[in-house]
This record gives sequence, structure tokens and C-alpha cells, in this order.
Amino acid sequence: MIDLKSLTIEKAHASLKNKEFTAVELAQAYLKVIEEKNPEINAYLEVYDDVLEQAEIADKKFADGSATLMTGIPTAIKDNILIKSRIVSAGSKILGNYRAAYDATAIKYLKGVGAVFLGRTNMDEFAMGSSTQTSAYGVTKNPVDLSRVPGGSSGGSAAALASNMALAALGTETCGSVREPSAFCGLVGLKPTYGAVSREGIIAMGNSLDQVSPFGKCVRDTEIIFNLTSKYDEEDSTSVPESLRITQSKINSKKIGVPWHLFKEGVDRDVLENFKESIEKLKKLGYEIVDIELPHAKYSLAAYYIIMPAEVSTNLSRFDGIRYGHSAKGVDLMEVYKKSRGEGFGREARRRIILGTYVLSHGYYDAYYNKAVKIREKIKEEVMEVLQKVDYILTPTVPITAFKLGEKMDDPVAMYLCDIFSAPANLSGVPSLALPSGLSKEGLPFSIQFMASHFREDLLFEVGKEFEKAK
Amino acid sequence: MNIKDVENLANLARLELSMEEKQQILSDMGGILEYVKQIAEVEVEDSKSSLSLHNAWREDELKTRDFSRDLILEQFPQSQDGFLKVKKIL
Repeated sequence: MIDLKSLTIEKAHASLKNKEFTAVELAQAYLKVIEEKNPEINAYLEVYDDVLEQAEIADKKFADGSATLMTGIPTAIKDNILIKSRIVSAGSKILGNYRAAYDATAIKYLKGVGAVFLGRTNMDEFAMGSSTQTSAYGVTKNPVDLSRVPGGSSGGSAAALASNMALAALGTETCGSVREPSAFCGLVGLKPTYGAVSREGIIAMGNSLDQVSPFGKCVRDTEIIFNLTSKYDEEDSTSVPESLRITQSKINSKKIGVPWHLFKEGVDRDVLENFKESIEKLKKLGYEIVDIELPHAKYSLAAYYIIMPAEVSTNLSRFDGIRYGHSAKGVDLMEVYKKSRGEGFGREARRRIILGTYVLSHGYYDAYYNKAVKIREKIKEEVMEVLQKVDYILTPTVPITAFKLGEKMDDPVAMYLCDIFSAPANLSGVPSLALPSGLSKEGLPFSIQFMASHFREDLLFEVGKEFEKAK
Repeated sequence: MNIKDVENLANLARLELSMEEKQQILSDMGGILEYVKQIAEVEVEDSKSSLSLHNAWREDELKTRDFSRDLILEQFPQSQDGFLKVKKIL
């Protein structure tokens, strides 16, 4: 019996290399857990029918000596990342039968080393949500407490990893969609620098925000996946060429900036207490804590909820019932469009499309969209300026712990506020790492989150590893 | 915002909505716009960013890409002789 709970990517790799078990046996172990737990948790929308064949390919790599760290590692993939010939539905009915015509670039890297894709995981429809409750295919439950949400939109991947239904998991972030579920499920979550990992083959939500983001049971696991996938891709015009992956950061100081002014209200008392305890731990590790101010950061979420719907309304216009996906019958072209989209999109998707159309429309464009873009630039400037004086910005990842299924569904803004600390990193493009930092009295995970300068993921991994050792 | 506005936006976005759905969106919009309109109070000048932009355009040369033409054709809701069939446009 393989002890899945204690496995990390490196431990599994060592065991595979030492022939303690084969990649096929490892995959079988995870398939067994999926069979037991997935009906209740609903992390996976589909378990692939060729898992063992993939594992056999991995075993061959161990036999011929070409295996690397991710070879044979059973991995969960979010349902918005294209794997050629596989159904990829973005948690939506409008793509319920859509088959990918090509591999996402991130998938190509994983396939190339023989990672094993176990299946596609549940998500909020088109990544719109913070709790994995807007999927057209049912909710996903938090393995830590089945009456609670796993977070979102990458809740399926988080739940799979947190319940030993996978050893590695990929999600995507537009605003906190990996860090927030990491926080709720007790996992590590990394949002890379915008432009670090290719967006080619990712079903787009917000082009100026989206990034493929790995979950991990430990910091090293996110580092391994990041290193494998963080490469320039000429297929993605927002991918940053290697020569331009220079950082503005000029210091190496072990200084952590904390914007206390952002936590004056809206943060649960026990979250704040855990945050302060975490700060004490960091002090003991030799870090200096500095008060910092990010005057415009408090507008991050408002700016995000204008910019993102605007980009969404454009990106989702391609789903029109013409070339693929759900196609309704109609007397004319307009009816085909309207019925296909009206029937295929769920409530949250329709809401955000309408909101996006509104903020981009004549008479409102300047007041909303243009203003939000300017505010975003200001937020980015302030974050970058602060990161010239300190190595890190530290906040709680989420103002609350995992809430109960069904909560916050009646009040959109209450749901959106889950991402209030996530937004600055997505808006400014800087990398950010969410780390488990303890458990509440009810056994619910706490989490803290670091931001660093563009392309300084190495600093995040460094502090993350020290913090996780100290626990 | 009123129902007529929602109907106009739904038309622009090519979305067919029931009356109940329109009412729901109208009330949702109220709450969301109430939250995001705080940006109106912020005064920002244009950014003084000193970052330069990088031209990511490539030459207009044919490059091979790895994708399945068959999978694309298979998924056309309506097709004829390998062409996508659509409703009358003109």
C-alpha cells in the first residue's frame, strides 16, 4: 500500500527511481481513491480512460533513464486547459461536448516529460467564481469539511489534491482562483508573474490577467511545476521573452512589507490572529517586518470587477453556436446566437457578460472602463515602488476561512469580496504565493500570502520553504 | 439602470433572456454597480510609468502549427463538403 498522504513530487520520483513502485501502480493507487471519494466530493468531472497507458509510457522513461521529476506524477487538470481530443468544457453547458483540437502549451511540457493526467477537474463556469458553485456540473465539496466550499474557481483541482485524489494539480488564476482555494483547502498555491507561463490553450477569461497556476502539497511541488512550464512561448503574444524577464527589484533584504491599513475591517478575527502569529514566526526566522502603504490597493477589487467583465464580454463572444459547442436551432442567424448563448451560459456568466457590455458601452466607457484601467496602473505602480524597498508584501490570503455550501450565493458582492487580497497581484502582474499557516478551532485551514517583484518567484519559494519548515 | 437597459445590453451581447432572468440581472447589477462605482471618487492622472512596451508582432510568414483539422471539422454543428454551414448573413 503506497502511503499517498506523505507523498510529494520528489518523494514519489525517488520511489519510482528506486523501483519501490511503478508509475502504473502509483496511478492505480490514485484511481482507487478517486473511485472512493469523487462521488461525494465531485472534484473530477471526468477521469480519463487511458490513465494506465499514460503511466506505462512514464515507466518506459524510468527504464531508459530519461525520467525527470514530473515523470509518472498523477496530475489533475482544470477543465479550462486544453488537452488534444479531450472534452474541455470550462464548467459550462455551452462547451459540454467540445473537444480540444490541440494541446495547451503547459500541457505539452507535462506530456513531454510523461506526467500522467488523471482527469479534468470541476471549476466555476468560465472561471467565474470563488467557490466552485457556479459550475454547470454540480458543486465541489471541500475535503477538509464536506459541508463547506473548496474555494474557486479552481476548486476541483484543489479538492483533488487535498483529498489525495492527485499528487499534483493545475489551475488557472484571473483573480485569486488558485490562491483562494489553496487557502480554503490547506494547500500551497502559486500565481506566477503575468507572462511567465504561456496562456496558449487556456480558455480565456481575462487576457490581461489569466495565468496557469500550480497547486502543491508543499512549496517545492509548486516550484517544480513552475520551472517546467515557465518558458517563453511565441504562440502567446503576452508571453515574456527570456531576455526581458528582468526584474525591477534591486534588493535582497529579508524585509517583508505589511499593508496593515488594508485590514482595518472586513477580516475575520481568527484570520487576523493567525496572521499576526505567522508574522512572529517570520520574525524568528530573521525577517524584518515593515509597515507599508498601498493607498490605491483598496480599489483593486472594484477596478477588477470592471476590467474583468469587459474582457469577459469580449472573450465569451466566440461562443456563438456556429463552429462548436452548444448550437440552438433558430429561424435566422440572430436567433441562433441568442438562443445558443442564452441556453448555454449559466447565471454568473450572463451576469458578467452584461456587466462587461455595460462598462464598455457608449456613455459609460470613460467613467468605468477607462477609469478602472488608470486605477490599475496606479495600483501596479504602488506595488512596484514598495517592492523596491522590501522584498515581499504579506497579507492574509483570504479575509475568511472556508464558508458553507450555499452561502453568499444571493449576494454577488459578498462572494466577490473573497478575492479582495488576491486582486492586487493579478492587476499588477506580480507573482504571489499562498501558504498554509495553521488551522482554526473548527479545523479549517488558515493561509498567508506573499507577493514579490515580477519574475522573483525564487524569493517566494525561498521564504515559503523556510516558513513551512518552521511550522 | 432599468429593464430596457438590460434588454439593450442583452441584445448587444446576443443573449436571449426570460423576463425573470432580466429582472434578476437588473437587481444584481444594482448591487455590483453600487460597489464598483467607488472608483469615481478616485483622482488619477495618466500613468508616469517608465516601462517600455515590447513589440510582440511577428513577420507574416506561414508557420506550421500542431492541431487537428479533423477535430475542428467534426465539431461544426452544420457542415457540407468540409465547409461550415451557417444561416444567411446578407
